[in-house]
Amino acid sequence: MFKIVGREEMANGTVVLNEIEAPLIAKKAKPGQFVILKATETGERIPLTMADTDPEKGTITIIYMVVGKSTALFKSLKVEDGYLDVIGPLGKPTHLENVGNVVCVGGGTGVAVLHPITRGLKQAGNNVISIIGARNKGLLILEEQMKAASHKLYVCTDDGSYGHHGFVTDVLKDVLTKNDIKLVVGIGPVPMMKFVCKMTKDFNVKTLVSLNPIMIDGTGMCGGCRVSIGGKTQFACVDGPEFDGHQVDFDELMLRLQAYTEDEKASHDEYCNLKKEKA
Amino acid sequence: MAEIAEKKEKIPRQSMPEQAAKVRAKNFEEVPTGYSPEVAMIEAKRCLQCKKPACVEGCPVGVDIPGFIGHIRDGKFEQAISLIWKRNGLPAVCGRVCPQELQCEGLCIVGKKGEPVAIGNLERFAADYARKSGECELPVKAEPTGKKVAVVGSGPSGLTVAGDLALKGHEVTIFEAFHKPGGVLVYGIPEFRLPKEIVFAEVEGLETLGVKLECNAVVGRTVSLDELFEQGYDAIFLGVGAGLPTFLNIPGENLIGILSANEYLTRSNLMKAYLFPKYDTPVVRGKNVITLGAGNVAMDSARTALRLGAQSSRIVYRRSRQEVPARGAEVHHAEEEGVEFHFLTSPVEFKGNEKGRVTGMVGLKMELGEPDSSGRRRPIAIKGSEFELECDLAIIAVGAGANPLLTQSTKDLELNKWGYIVADEATGKTSKKGVWAGGDIVTGSATVILAMGAGRQAADSIHDYLTRGW
Ligand SMILES: Cc1cc2nc3c(=O)[nH]c(=O)nc-3n(C[C@H](O)[C@H](O)[C@H](O)COP(=O)(O)OP(=O)(O)OC[C@H]3O[C@@H](n4cnc5c(N)ncnc54)[C@H](O)[C@@H]3O)c2cc1C
Ligand SMILES: Cc1cc2nc3c(=O)[nH]c(=O)nc-3n(C[C@H](O)[C@H](O)[C@H](O)COP(=O)(O)OP(=O)(O)OC[C@H]3O[C@@H](n4cnc5c(N)ncnc54)[C@H](O)[C@@H]3O)c2cc1C
Ligand code: SF4
Ligand code: FES
Repeated sequence: MFKIVGREEMANGTVVLNEIEAPLIAKKAKPGQFVILKATETGERIPLTMADTDPEKGTITIIYMVVGKSTALFKSLKVEDGYLDVIGPLGKPTHLENVGNVVCVGGGTGVAVLHPITRGLKQAGNNVISIIGARNKGLLILEEQMKAASHKLYVCTDDGSYGHHGFVTDVLKDVLTKNDIKLVVGIGPVPMMKFVCKMTKDFNVKTLVSLNPIMIDGTGMCGGCRVSIGGKTQFACVDGPEFDGHQVDFDELMLRLQAYTEDEKASHDEYCNLKKEKA
Repeated sequence: MAEIAEKKEKIPRQSMPEQAAKVRAKNFEEVPTGYSPEVAMIEAKRCLQCKKPACVEGCPVGVDIPGFIGHIRDGKFEQAISLIWKRNGLPAVCGRVCPQELQCEGLCIVGKKGEPVAIGNLERFAADYARKSGECELPVKAEPTGKKVAVVGSGPSGLTVAGDLALKGHEVTIFEAFHKPGGVLVYGIPEFRLPKEIVFAEVEGLETLGVKLECNAVVGRTVSLDELFEQGYDAIFLGVGAGLPTFLNIPGENLIGILSANEYLTRSNLMKAYLFPKYDTPVVRGKNVITLGAGNVAMDSARTALRLGAQSSRIVYRRSRQEVPARGAEVHHAEEEGVEFHFLTSPVEFKGNEKGRVTGMVGLKMELGEPDSSGRRRPIAIKGSEFELECDLAIIAVGAGANPLLTQSTKDLELNKWGYIVADEATGKTSKKGVWAGGDIVTGSATVILAMGAGRQAADSIHDYLTRGW
């Protein structure tokens, strides 16, 4: 068992942080890599990016949005409970080098994935401008941490309840216009990444995105995670999860993420009903 | 001799009872239910106890076939299984999945005139008897040698190496990437053909011998080979299989509802999607299912689809019936259950709807031309013969390749041009000191028994190294 040693709720309980004992993974993990977790014998294998690691303490941290049955089940786990299986580190680490001015753009829970990359880019000597957004103030996560990891931080909310009123792409446009930006890293919901890439393409700035297709093994043996990159099929779990955003077929990814929508809904409804009955 | 042969032939080959095709096509329980002791003893009487048994030559691990069959004939079942175990550590598995018609049974003398002795069924009987009765003596373990061996991968090759070396007194740890051990036996081959309980019983047997099992350990990621050496392992065996799915590279292949057989079977078997929603992992349940390819993997996929509620399950294969690579028994079972075969048909394109879901496959008719390098007649497309087959699930089962995850992260391991590990044929030694390899990662997709044979050879060579040097 992989024990939970720390737990926190964020964004009005819609996002949960778990710090988990996994010494082998903690020692090996690099920014951009993910783990696959399975909570119970009957559970699903769920991929989540490591938001942080502590090699000395032997722990990894995940931050996830509660969207369906498995993440709801994860949320029900308390400190001292544990995951039955944790596998990793998986995926290619982010290539962290000094290129000059970089912009890190994060939306929703994507900010959790973006944070260690932002920190790594700053440590590598870049001048880091970050832009993070959420639907409203209550759903914003890791603002303080992102501030510390960047030289400058912009915050946006869709409803204007905090920071800039509007989308992260509005601020991005402004930043790209006023600065000589060498690299953009965009991580968040697929539509957000798609629009970020559309914009950076107009400015001709290289852009990295982190893709989240449905996965099972995470080791390249099933092909369920395939994505189209520049017209070629790649496996996100081993060839990614980071890719050149200008080459990604986001529309295909969005469709493929819907593969099991009906089953997922049925499964989540059943779980919620069971919980209600128990209570 | 001829007279005896005639007399013996009077006993017909004992068939194994099976679930009726219509019933079993709707459940995941095992199809053949096994011999009773009485029937096994009758079948065993059919063996001529040849002095120079041809069957043994057909067995890649050289089981003493007439020997164990003689014990069954005499009702000495414990002795039968002890004799099998001397050469084969996974008889309950092999009895069920080996291509006996190409191996032992294919060479059996009785089979020259009539039907061969049912060696596979008898092997299965002996193993199941032992597992159920628990009456059999455990093999004796040698004194501890103080040497440590890491086995990477828990498929048939890895399990064989682990068992052999543990018996020889070495301290063995198996590292497995998945959360459950067994390799293809667990994630690939379905429950109705090989109940998982049998595989787990074999693994438990190894654990009683002192073998340690580390699941969730992706070697090359969680830990590297060099780190294993640093941790004090004296030798490493790589039995990581050929787990890279091959796709067709035709238009429309990324539509929803098109899965590699690896994904389809892993969801259903390892993740138990056939028990969804009791188990959380879903799998596409097609009404009209097409499976591309005609090997064991394709048969398993097409038969799984029926059990998951398909109204039609069709195998589409480029070549003709003669070239079908699956075991005869699997093809037979699939046909009985209602799987349709479309031979000499090659997929050209997949069609989908606005939701990105597959709705059909465009196929092209083929005819057979001259034999190719594999000796099989090469299929040639008939121009203008395109036609469409409706489907809402297509499973790609056209082969597998070498997964580069481990090999890419281990620079000093020599690979061939397809990415398989180069290993000495007789010993399994690789180009890296202290590292052996065997099974599908060396030969490409093959069989359970060949993987076990390679494991046996490597274990002998590793033992030699640990006691005498490289
Ligand atoms: C490499 C990678 C890293 C990720 N990192 C994070 C992270 O740090 N934080 C975070 O909140 N989310 C992350 N995700 C997404 C997360 O895995 C899904 O939200 C989660 O699997 C949903 O499971 P569920 O059962 O709760 O929801 P469900 O109701 O099953 O599904 C909700 C949606 O999640 C997606 N999904 C379902 N099953 C899977 C699966 N097995 N693999 C991937 N996606 C799936 C589908 O698009 C589905 O429509 C990551 C995904 C990938 C591939
Ligand atoms: C669906 C299907 C049906 C089949 N039917 C038959 C049949 O009827 N008869 C027959 O004889 N053969 C059959 N085969 C073929 C047979 O199963 C294989 O030839 C055999 O299992 C190969 O054994 P192996 O030990 O080489 O590896 P595998 O069984 O492939 O096992 C390899 C193991 O290594 C693990 N692994 C991989 N990479 C790593 C890593 N980096 N770190 C740790 N672990 C790792 C994998 O997760 C896996 O568990 C079938 C195959 C399939 C897929
Ligand atoms: S060849 Fe056939 S008859 Fe002869 S020993 Fe083998 S199984 Fe028996
Ligand atoms: S998740 Fe199976 S290949 Fe990527």
